[in-house]
Amino acid sequence: MSHHTVQPLLRRVAETKRAAVAFTLDGRPAQALEGDTILTAVLTQGAQLRRNEFSHEPRAGFCLMGACQDCWIATAEGARLRACSTFIAPGMALLSGEGPR
Amino acid sequence: MSAPLQPAIVGAGPAGIRAAQTLAKHGVRPVLIDEAARAGGQIYRRPPAHFSRPPETLYGSEAARATAVHAAIDDLQDRIDYRPDSLVWNVQDAGLDVLHGPTQTTCTVPYGQLIVATGATDRVLPVPGWTLPGVYTLGGAQVALKFQGCAIGSRVVLAGTGPLLYLVAWQYAKAGVDVAAVLDTARFGDQLAAVPAMLRQPAVFLKGVHYVAWLRAHGVPVRRGVRLLRMEGDERVRAVVWSEAGREHTLDCDAVGFGYALRSETQLADLLGCRFAFAPLHRAHLPERDAAGRSSVAGVYLAGDGAGIMGADAAEWAGELAALTLLADHGMAIDTQRAELLQQRLARLTGFRAGLERAFPFPSDWAAQAPDELVVCRCENVTAGELRRGVADGGADEMNRLKALTRVGMGRCQGRMCGVAAAEILAHATGQPVQQVGRFRGQAPIKPIPIQLERASGASHAGAAA
Repeated sequence: MSHHTVQPLLRRVAETKRAAVAFTLDGRPAQALEGDTILTAVLTQGAQLRRNEFSHEPRAGFCLMGACQDCWIATAEGARLRACSTFIAPGMALLSGEGPR
Repeated sequence: MSAPLQPAIVGAGPAGIRAAQTLAKHGVRPVLIDEAARAGGQIYRRPPAHFSRPPETLYGSEAARATAVHAAIDDLQDRIDYRPDSLVWNVQDAGLDVLHGPTQTTCTVPYGQLIVATGATDRVLPVPGWTLPGVYTLGGAQVALKFQGCAIGSRVVLAGTGPLLYLVAWQYAKAGVDVAAVLDTARFGDQLAAVPAMLRQPAVFLKGVHYVAWLRAHGVPVRRGVRLLRMEGDERVRAVVWSEAGREHTLDCDAVGFGYALRSETQLADLLGCRFAFAPLHRAHLPERDAAGRSSVAGVYLAGDGAGIMGADAAEWAGELAALTLLADHGMAIDTQRAELLQQRLARLTGFRAGLERAFPFPSDWAAQAPDELVVCRCENVTAGELRRGVADGGADEMNRLKALTRVGMGRCQGRMCGVAAAEILAHATGQPVQQVGRFRGQAPIKPIPIQLERASGASHAGAAA
């Protein structure tokens, strides 16, 4: 997958001295911090979690408290996880649907 | 009541925790079921255990209250059956169907009595561009900071109205984030007019005044009487556009947090068969509760913001009161003076609560201004124009009819994000007051669950969720 630099959506402002957790995002190796949700792990690297299946526009979550269901993200294994309320785990392979359609 | 004393509590925020504590004090061991990994609810949301910021940093002026609520639940661990990471997705035959997130297994938790303390989420009124990455609810912006140590962007606009608007702005600015502006749809005159009622809770009132003064002193522009027009950007938000005194303004930013106070999570009360009534103060249909916390269904009690937005302090009192009422209804001896005191405290809040509504009024002309192309349902991309056609062509005059015709409220959030807006559009399009258009019926599963679990549980829930 071609690599292009994306300005991440979220910015860490505290709690940065935590152990690193390795995962992959769209096939590329990435690092999160222990205690990150998947949403934090992905959006501190990129700017979207998925594309809406109707508008095909990017989405990056909305309520962050498990109500809006906007932050689902696909795994390479074909599962779907609610990113705001699932913690990142070592070796997770996540697909953000990034890139032109 | 003939059911054995076997209480369950749904929701471990301030209401649920105080309810559990009260039951435990009386020697009763409740089941406390909570969707989050750690108890505390949203306002007192706790970061993962190995995070290091002190409560003063996380909760500001509410640090003492948050710490007390957290201490209460920590102290209860061996006296209650606490089930974190557990989503209640259905209730039937005096049993709660509960999905355990980490193991993705479901089980049924039987109960004799139930305290529903399901809390609230942001009340959202969509604006063009609200689905862009970088746009979050105010509550979401706060969760990112408290729970994850992250800001939603580097240059953040906070907008909408309600006490949370100023609290989040203050928390963000304190954390060193560039808050480009606070855009309040309420007018300064609204806030002045509300002062007498707000002075019924002088400490809370002064906190609000302090946040605004602090923001101004630290150079954060605070605009009042605005109307949000749109959020601009291609693949992510780049600017907010609003009108103010007849002029259009544009401000560059890379994130927006917005919301219009809170809305109650009522799906579980609905599935339980609780009677609902329109509450003008909350501009919402809410499950009825008496002054002691009883719902219309025997053995079912309601506490906290899930049955009407009254705030975190009231939630603590209502949780304790609901537990005392439950015990008294079961014939147990309780401290009746304490119960009366809690009822008095809650009753006294009503005037203050009306003052808050005066200070941060719901923008009741929102529907009239919403353009046809506005996406109201972000799950399934249903627009305001499609809703209006559901009225004009389909004859919809009630929420569930509108849902059937347009799919609004049928997506994964089940109307949590779009329900308020859809009701406003429907009321405006049909020329009815908003209380006349009804509300989305709650349906199991009340949140999406993996389809194989539905089969495994043997129940036939033809839910709306995918």
